[in-house]
Amino acid sequence: MSSHSTRQFNSPLINWIEHRLPVFSFLDNSLGTNYPTPKNLSYWWNFGSLAGIVLGVMLVSGIVLAMHYTAHVDHAFDSVERIMRDVNYGWLIRYIHMNGGSMFFIAVYIHMFRGLYYGSYHAPREILWMIGVFILLAMMATAFMGYVLPWGQMSFWGATVITNLFSAIPLVGDSIVTWLWGGFSVDNPTLNRFFSLHYLMPFVIVGLVVLHIWALHVHGSNNPIGVDAKSDQDTIGFHPYYTVKDLFGLGVFFIFFAFFVFYAPNFFGEPDNYIEANPLVTPPHIVPEWYFLPFYAILRAFTADFFLYSYTPLSWIMTAKLSGVLAMFASILLLLFMPWLDGSKVRSSRFRPVYAMFFWLFLLDCLVLGVVGGKPAEGVWIYIGQATTTYYFVHLLIIVPLVSRLERPKAPPESISAAVTAKAQG
Amino acid sequence: MSDTANPADSAELDEKSRRDFLFATTTAVGAIGAALAAWPFIDQMNPAADTLALSSTEVDLEPISEGMSITVVWRGKPVFIRHRTADEIKAAQEADKAQLPDPQMDADRVQKPAWLVMVGVCTHLGCIPLGNKAGEARGDFGGWFCPCHGSHYDTSGRIRKGPAPLNLPVPEYTFLSDTRIKIG
Amino acid sequence: MGTNMKTLMKSAVAGFALALLATGPSTAAGNAPTPPKQHWSFSGLFGTFERSAAQRGFQVYREVCAGCHSLRQIDFRHLAGLGYNEDQIKAFAAEAEVTDGPNDDGEMFTRPGVPADGLPKPFPNEKAAAASNNGKAPPDLSLMVKARKGGADYVYGILTGYEEAPAGVTVPEGGNYNHYFPGHVIAMAPPLSDEGIEYQDGTKATVMQQAKDVVTFLSWTAEPEMEARKSMGLKVILFLIVLTGLLFRVKKAVWKDVH
Repeated sequence: MSSHSTRQFNSPLINWIEHRLPVFSFLDNSLGTNYPTPKNLSYWWNFGSLAGIVLGVMLVSGIVLAMHYTAHVDHAFDSVERIMRDVNYGWLIRYIHMNGGSMFFIAVYIHMFRGLYYGSYHAPREILWMIGVFILLAMMATAFMGYVLPWGQMSFWGATVITNLFSAIPLVGDSIVTWLWGGFSVDNPTLNRFFSLHYLMPFVIVGLVVLHIWALHVHGSNNPIGVDAKSDQDTIGFHPYYTVKDLFGLGVFFIFFAFFVFYAPNFFGEPDNYIEANPLVTPPHIVPEWYFLPFYAILRAFTADFFLYSYTPLSWIMTAKLSGVLAMFASILLLLFMPWLDGSKVRSSRFRPVYAMFFWLFLLDCLVLGVVGGKPAEGVWIYIGQATTTYYFVHLLIIVPLVSRLERPKAPPESISAAVTAKAQG
Repeated sequence: MSDTANPADSAELDEKSRRDFLFATTTAVGAIGAALAAWPFIDQMNPAADTLALSSTEVDLEPISEGMSITVVWRGKPVFIRHRTADEIKAAQEADKAQLPDPQMDADRVQKPAWLVMVGVCTHLGCIPLGNKAGEARGDFGGWFCPCHGSHYDTSGRIRKGPAPLNLPVPEYTFLSDTRIKIG
Repeated sequence: MGTNMKTLMKSAVAGFALALLATGPSTAAGNAPTPPKQHWSFSGLFGTFERSAAQRGFQVYREVCAGCHSLRQIDFRHLAGLGYNEDQIKAFAAEAEVTDGPNDDGEMFTRPGVPADGLPKPFPNEKAAAASNNGKAPPDLSLMVKARKGGADYVYGILTGYEEAPAGVTVPEGGNYNHYFPGHVIAMAPPLSDEGIEYQDGTKATVMQQAKDVVTFLSWTAEPEMEARKSMGLKVILFLIVLTGLLFRVKKAVWKDVH
């Protein structure tokens, strides 16, 4: 039998529970005054807890919406409109869920770029980082299926385009697509299973988040100077310092969120999704939700007129479509290897000016990719898309490995407390 | 006991109580916010506007001649509306004095004696009693008869014989005019 | 790389992000000019659906549009949101003939409408609608203002944008030239005409007036919750500003000894 908690609290009731199920010492050690956190974390470190809270908001609003939604092609669109018009506060809960999805991706993207800039993925946090990438993939699957549920034009046609991608897989592609659809096109079987899986995936995300936080707590948070905490001088209790800072950040975030929910609820959406799905009418421009746009741009960058695709020995296995799909997945999966692509001994880009410059260029590249993804695939946008896609992979596969190994970084401070003292004086 | 307070101490105490006040206020405002935020998620489970719209039904009584009954659906349940004959009304009023399992005067069950409005669900286990359509069994008391376990209701819809414990319930209704009622 | 370069890069990114936000999630609008912005009673943080305009708009819908366009998401009882009382709503409903049933003989029958019923549909189904309209079913209008880029301004633009085709442009049979419709050729003939209807409240029924009113009505059908939403938004955001301000003071107080 493993040893049980001998921790004593002030209240006899709490001690009684603690002796049988040590929830209180667990909370204290993970969130309380007993969990040491670097004292120099900036506001860029708020976005992890923010993402976690948005996940909670999505779960609650989603479960409540599911009480009123009907996952059948003849009723889905109308059931959502019934929620908007007849269910008490239905419009509020629907707009919270709809905009919460965008908020979730905003928080997670900022959280990821924080990790890229400060080298949070370096040892010993490689697995923490990798779990994060899997959370992103699970989020993308969840969001994709969720967008289909209102059964608008974009729901239907977005689902059609993306599920059709799997036909690019040689030999088994078509069978896989039929299997995904449950039929010969996106139809009722597809909608039904997407509802089931959309309800399931967020709980998978919760499980991944638990692993993510567990992995984090083994070595504690990274910090803006990327130097490990060495002594008590470097850390402070998570409570009350970071509980209070996170709550403040949450307040600011909720104001931002509330602005969209109440005053611009359809800013992130597409008007076409207020038209009921019509399998016989294709919208002039099929666009995914904004958070998928950079990946959509990478997908479309591979055009069939590239000479290699007509090179016969290759063409039966490698088509433009397949290249696009592989590149799209590679753009995310490559991130898993950041801890090894980046060979620098110094974590934080604060002390790696050349690397930092390339970080900003990479961020700019991702933003341009997002713009490209929203444009129709014609004219100058094709070339910009191909250039930015190429640069994305050049950054990860060539620039990061080379710069990280060739640059002579500046010397980081000796310790966190030294940095904090220096900042207070300077 | 010094009566000259140390200025540094009192400033510190002042600051501490200001901090406590700040923490208390913030917690209180936060708790109020949480309660206000929780309400929509609770209220959404209450009947929605389209459900409420069907919570009352208006019925035109003109086509129901004396001795006829109709069944309408109200809130998902059948409601019997009977245009009672003079004999039926007399029998119902006389039975006021009888031994009733669920004592109730006929006058307390109707607004106008000619019109009997009640929910047609047997108070035993929920079957729909027979007697509203011509030719159906009406039981020993000339009213309604529930075939599931043999409950007999009289011309006022009161339970007279059988396992049902209560009279057929009379819903809330109003006469909008002599020939139109609103149920619910 | 000095701090100047870093600042330059950061401002490039920031400026970029702002430009991105300004263009919004974009799809090409087709090849038609953007309709000009109109002044609407319901725009802005404190907008409301001007009741008389919306009621006139409902009259325009009933007398002009309802012949071809359904309004599936609206039941008669929803009209209370436009300021009609229960008797008026019952009167509107009773004008409509609603198919109900089957009755005890297994047959469908018609009865006068009640507030719980939906507004009458011009065609029994999509195919009938298309068959009566040169193969293209007139779309449902409940969500039209949300379903088009440009929203109310766009719908107003379409209704007032009919004109003679410019020289050299031939309009195919059954089409109508419209200034703001993507591709310029719209299947719908100009629905509004000056004095085409007589407003119950005596307002002069010019095309622009009818268009303004019916677009106000349709903005309501698309977003009946708008007034409640904006009013709640004000309260929520003010509350959050107060709470966040308090939380900021708390944060500063807690962190005092660390800084």
